[in-house]
Formats: sequence, C-alpha cells, structure tokens
Amino acid sequence: METSTARAPTAGAFIFSRTRSNSSGWRLAVLLTALLLAVPVLVVFSAFLSPERDIWNHLLEFVLPDLFVNTLWLVIGVGAGTALLGVSLAWLTALYDFPGRGFFSWALLLPLAVPSYVTAFVSIGLLDFAGPLQTWLREIFGGQIWFPPIRSTGGVIAVMTLALYPYVYLLSRNAFLSQGKRTLEVAQSLGLSRSQGLFRAALPMARPWIAGGLLLVFMETLADFGAVAAFNYDTFTTAIYKTWFGMFSLSAAAQLALILIVMVFVIVLIEQHLRAEVRYTETGKAGRQTRFALRGTRRWLASFYAALVLSAGFIVPVIQLLMWSSEASVDAFDPRTLQYLWRSLALGGIAAVLTGAVALVLVYANRRQTDVTTRAAIRFATFGYAVPGAVLGVGIFIPVAWLDAQLSVFAKTILGIDASQVLQGTVLVMLLAYLVRFLAVSFNPLDAAMQRITPSTEEAARSLGLDSKRVLWRVHLPILRSGLFSGAILVFVDVMKEMPITLMTRPFGWDTLAVRIFEMTSEGQWERAAPPAVALVLAGLLPIIWLNRHAEKC
Amino acid sequence: MQMNKKSLSTIFCCLLSLAPAAFAEEVVVYSARIEELIKPMFDAFTKETRINVKFFADKEGPLLERLKTEGKNTPADILITVDAGNLWQAAEEGLLKPVNSEILEANIPHHLQDPHNRWFGLSVRARTIVYNTQEVKPAELSTYEQLGDAKWKGRLCLRTSKKVYNQSLVAMMISEHGEAKTEQIVKSWVNNLATDPFSDDTRAMEAVAAGQCDITLVNTYYYGRLMEKNPTLPLAIFWPNQKQRGVHVNVSGTGITAYAKNEKAAIKLMEFLSSEKAQNLFADVNLEYPANPKIKADPVVVAWGSFEQNSINVAKAGELQAAAVKLMDRAKYK
Repeated sequence: METSTARAPTAGAFIFSRTRSNSSGWRLAVLLTALLLAVPVLVVFSAFLSPERDIWNHLLEFVLPDLFVNTLWLVIGVGAGTALLGVSLAWLTALYDFPGRGFFSWALLLPLAVPSYVTAFVSIGLLDFAGPLQTWLREIFGGQIWFPPIRSTGGVIAVMTLALYPYVYLLSRNAFLSQGKRTLEVAQSLGLSRSQGLFRAALPMARPWIAGGLLLVFMETLADFGAVAAFNYDTFTTAIYKTWFGMFSLSAAAQLALILIVMVFVIVLIEQHLRAEVRYTETGKAGRQTRFALRGTRRWLASFYAALVLSAGFIVPVIQLLMWSSEASVDAFDPRTLQYLWRSLALGGIAAVLTGAVALVLVYANRRQTDVTTRAAIRFATFGYAVPGAVLGVGIFIPVAWLDAQLSVFAKTILGIDASQVLQGTVLVMLLAYLVRFLAVSFNPLDAAMQRITPSTEEAARSLGLDSKRVLWRVHLPILRSGLFSGAILVFVDVMKEMPITLMTRPFGWDTLAVRIFEMTSEGQWERAAPPAVALVLAGLLPIIWLNRHAEKC
Repeated sequence: MQMNKKSLSTIFCCLLSLAPAAFAEEVVVYSARIEELIKPMFDAFTKETRINVKFFADKEGPLLERLKTEGKNTPADILITVDAGNLWQAAEEGLLKPVNSEILEANIPHHLQDPHNRWFGLSVRARTIVYNTQEVKPAELSTYEQLGDAKWKGRLCLRTSKKVYNQSLVAMMISEHGEAKTEQIVKSWVNNLATDPFSDDTRAMEAVAAGQCDITLVNTYYYGRLMEKNPTLPLAIFWPNQKQRGVHVNVSGTGITAYAKNEKAAIKLMEFLSSEKAQNLFADVNLEYPANPKIKADPVVVAWGSFEQNSINVAKAGELQAAAVKLMDRAKYK
C-alpha cells in the first residue's frame, strides 16, 4: 500500500497545488481512492508488457475489421434505440396523463430485473426458424414464408435495446419530473408549440441525464457477453473471450479489452466537450406538478406503446421463465434457493449503499476540483464498467492474491500464524469488486444531478458560513437524492445479475442466484435455470419498486 | 509493541474465521464441471472415505488464472475441467503435477490421459453427426470431412466455432490432415451452411428437426437430453469416420495441482473417480460415456449403438487448439 501512495503520479502536483491546505488533503484522499479503484483496470493494462505478436497479426488480418464494424453498428443501434424508447417513455410518463400512467411509470423499469442474456435467449427461442411463432406461420401459410431473421444485427440491437432502455428512461424521467413541465410552460409562453418546446427547450435541458444514461448503455453494450453470445454476434467481448479461452492468451485478450476502454474514453471525452459548451442550472424547485391530459385515441396510443415495450422487455421473457419453471420437475427444486435469494439481496443492497457513498464523494470532488488530474483519475475509476466482467475479475483477483501473499508472509514471520488466504474468499473482496465494477452506475446519475446545482447556490451557502462538509450535507444532498436513488436501483439490480465477478470472488460455498443460473445455463439446461431466474427477477422487483417510490418523491 | 502484536493476531483470526471451518481431512477442488454433474461423486467419496470435499466452481479460463495467480498459496488440490484443451493448458503452465497411480493407469485408457500423467480423463464426450430422419438416409453419410460435399449445400447447421468442442474437433483434424487440408474442409463446411452458426448444440438440433437444415454436429448427451424431452423429433445419431480414425472424443478430466497440500487424499479422490462406482455415476448424471472401458454407459446411451473412437491422444486437442481457432477465423467460421 505504501508503495502505491508514493507512486501516485500526482504527488508532485499536489505539493505545488495552490488550493488551501484542507482542500489539498481532501484532494489527495480523492486521488488515492480513485487510484485504488483503478488498480484492477491498471492490472488489465499491464498486459501490454507481454506482447503477443503472432496473435495480433492474426487478429488484425482476420478478426478486427469485422469486429469494428459489428461493434459500431451495435453501439449506434442500441444507443439510438435506447434513447428513443427511454426518452419518449420518460417524456410521456412524466408529463402526460393516460390510462395506466401510474402503473407504467414504475413498471417500465422492470426489464432491468431480467438479465439481458435471458431476454436474448427467450427472443431467439420464440422467433427463430424452429421457434413456435414461425412453426405456426409455416403450418398456416405453407412452407415458404419470409420472416425477419432474429439472429441478425437488427435482432441483437432490438433485444439489447429492450434490455437496456430503462437506464435512459430512469435518468431522463428524473430530469423531466424535476423541471420538464415548467420548461415547457416557459417555452410555450415564448410562443413555441409543445413539440418545439420538447426539442428546443426540455430535451437540451435534460441532456446531462440523457447523456449519463446513454453512457451507461454504451458501457454495458460494449462489455456485454451473454446477449451477444446468444446471438453469436461477434463483438470485442466475444473476441476477448475467444482469445482467452480458445487461444489461451489472457494478455492478448486484455489488450483487446484496452481497445474497449479507449472507445469509452473517447465517448466520454466527446460528451464532456459537448457538455462544457452549455451550462445547466436548476430553474428552481418545481414543486408538485400537474400533467397534461392526452385526449381521444392518443391516450390509448400512449398506453398501447408503453404496454408493448413492457411486454417485449419484461412480460414475455418472464412468462417463458415461468413456463420453463413449471416444466422442471418438483424434485429439481433446490431447497437452497432461499439462501441464494437472501445472499443475492444482501450483496445487492450492501453494494448499492457502498457504491452510492463512494460515488457521492467522487462526484462532489469532481465538482470542487477543477484540475485535470483529479478529474481524469475520477473518470478513470469508473471505467471498470466498460471491461468484460471476467477480464476485470482477473484484474481484481491478481492484486488481492498478491496482497494475501504479503499478508501470509507477514502473519507467518511476525505473528506465527499459518494463513495462506486472508482477504481472498471473504465477502469484503466481493463487495470491493462490485464497487470497482459498478461505480459508473452510481456515478453517472449523481454526476448528472450535480450539473444542475448552480454555483450561486453553493456560494450563497458558503457566504452563510457553511463549511464544505455541511454544504454537501445540507445543500447538495437534498438535490442529489433522486440521482442517489436512481443509482442505487441500478447497482442493486446489476449486482444481483452479475455473473463472472461473483463466480470469481465468492467465498467457498457462497453461491448466489446468479451462480446457480450460470451453472444451469452453461450446460444448456434452461428449464432448470428458470426457477432461480424467476427468483432473481422477483428479487429485483423489490428494490425497483421501493427505491423508485423514493426517487419519484424527490 | 507486545500489545500491537496481540491485536494484530486478533484481527487476523477474525478475518480467518470468516472462512468456513476446516475438516480433519479434506480435498479442495476447483471445478469447471458444474456442481450438479460432480457432487454425487464427491458425496459417494466422502461416504466411503470420510474425507470431505470442498468445492469451487467457475469457468475454466478464470479457474486456471486463479491457480496461476495463487501460486504456492492456492487452497486447491484438484482441478477438474470439461475438456482436454484446458487440462493440456494447465499442465503446460506447470499448474499440475504428475501422478503415479497403478489404479488410474489400469482404469483410464492411454489416449484419454496425459502422456506425462499430469491429468486423466474421467468421462468421454463424443461429438458426432445428428441428422433429420425424414430428409437424410444414413447411407448418405460417412465422415466429418464429407459434410463439405456439394450435396450438403444449404443443408448443414453448425454450432459456433467459439465453443471448445468444435475447436478440439478441428484441432484433431489438423493433427490428422495438416492445416492446409483442414482449412479447405472447414471452408467447405462454411460454404454448405443453411444459416449462421448457432450458440448451442440444442438450438442446432432443433433447426435440423424443424427442417431449416438436415445435418449438424453435436455432443451426444445434448441429443440424449433433447430426445428425452421430445421423443418424437425426427432426429437420429450417425457415427462418422468408422472406417478412418473414428469418432472425435473429448474428455472431462482431472489433475492434481502443483502445490496441492492434501496430495494423498487428492490422489485417493482421483482414483475413486476412475473406479466402477464413480464411473457409473458419471454415466448416469449426464448421459456421457465412462472413461473406464470396463464400465457400461447408461442404457439410453447404449441404445445409440457402439462406435470406434479416435484413439489419437486427446492432448493433441489442447496442443493444436489455438491453431484451430485461427484456422476457423480464416475460414470465416463464426
């Protein structure tokens, strides 16, 4: 630990810092936290010390060109799809009244609870050539019918859009709820129509939220393995695993992962550059707002649209899971499921709180420290979300095992205790791993919310004699609450669904629902994977419904 | 100072007590074979020997990396994988140590174990042809290589080349035909595909049954499971290459880790897993073939008929796996 402090590249900059001394201490603490969280990603980077010439020649010639094209299409498609679904649904539920609005407002988050590989597997099962729908169509219309191929670029984009739009929905709904109607009223008073108001006033105002949600979608899309594997759609992630598991080269795989990180970095840079040109400020507390009523067929069209998305993203996959569960024989029911359920919930809950707390500190620091080093370090600390899980898992495992080796020497020589593993195989490591993985998920909503606190609010608070801790507590926190709760929902559910890192860092015998699902699906036994998957979805409903209620109140 | 040391010890003990209590004698297993398909054998072993088995499941890649990272500190005594490639890789990286056991030598045929005794196969997974009985006569089929013939144009379905089972099949073909000829064969397969490769064997068989294509390549236990659920599907097994080298087989197998702390108990467990009792269980839990030739497979499996298996050492599959992956990339087999 000592050595890593000394090596912090910013130590020099710190000495020459012009800021006040207590602020410098704060900055150092933040830098250290960010660096510590970035260690796993740095470990992945260290793969560059072992070049894999031969494999790279092969990849460059036969693999990478297709990968770039595939990945580009996927990111553009899923980005556009989730923006369209997420923003439009958020706009509808936040500002308009239509039948079922209250229900859809929270229910549209539910697809979050279904792991994307489940949605992918179910969609392919239902819609592919051998699936029930096409079989039925063939029976009615005879052998030759044309049906859009589900296992295609369009198919994988559609499925991932359905699985990921809630990120954008949740965040942009926050924006619209807090100021959408007021913005629109101002726009209308200036003579704009309602749709002009949306595009020229409300959407630009909501941009930090929408961008924050989209950034999560991009990272998730780039790092996803389960869904793209079900479609056999080649992306960087599939190539990373193929290089690692098939060609036995983790270094080449990690080098591929680095390209992913660079892509995310570029996206972040572009987004921040665009954002820097505009300044976002809160127009004032919106208060309880009334909604515009939709009339005639448009009310029903709105309900139909929301119902359609909800069915495709949640109801259909869950019904399929329930059908599989009913096919699995009773004696196949694992009595340990309750225990798994409890562990999944506990891990998700604790990780959500931990990640939220760390993200809060970093977002606050990001706002106060304007120097490039700190901001870059903080951003870098959130990149764990863009690395494929298993690769990041190794990045986490290596430093932990190293630390354990040191501790074991220490224990033996100083204390005379035989201990080969101290940290490894404790829940502590698991939670730290989740923190590294999901920090971005807490960070982005908070960061978006922070954009809207005016500097004048802060200045006013300071002029009243509040120190920085109190400013955070009494001024920022109340405004940041919706961001905190949004982040908590997302992390809670994401942790419960997470597979590779859970597998790698869990203590002996500490299986969770996700581990059970992995075991069954890895052998292609979907009927048997269904009961734990149903339990996982049900477990996901709790935080979604409960936390969403808080988020809406904010 | 004395005080400090004491409190440090306390912290250490607290941390250590988070791990489950150790048994008198136990074996720690890292396994890529899932709990369901291995636990019954462990339970039988514990019952017979009173040696406890502690078990940690993950995918092969992360498990090997874990072993490598942990080095001397590893708690693992035994590694179990579901393919020979990863066993070969583990041995190659010095993660496994040789075992000299007369029992293992007697129970496990030579081509299913490491030439240097660092790992042994436990169950055999045969990769064979499954065809649509309404569209194809078995007489039309003969070898893996022949699936590239013009008559199968638009009639072949394959699982993705990302799956290790296909990688080791192609690796074994390289060992037999050399790279140039194998590449031609794989290209001719790709040429004959009716649709993009599937993500798993079951999907590929369902496509064959639905008439999207007529033939595919699968591991037999997937066929067994699918037919158990849907006995009326028009699917049947064909054993290819019977006049040549025989059906391609892979193994699920095991080896002792280089830094095993309970070596004696671990060897006992390996020997037990090769014994009649455990081999019967292996066959039962997943419709695989026992590696021990003296043990009969499940009646369902026996009914598929007997076949000659490729007797080139399965270690070759590991040795040539990376070459096979590259070859399939070149042939645009996705």
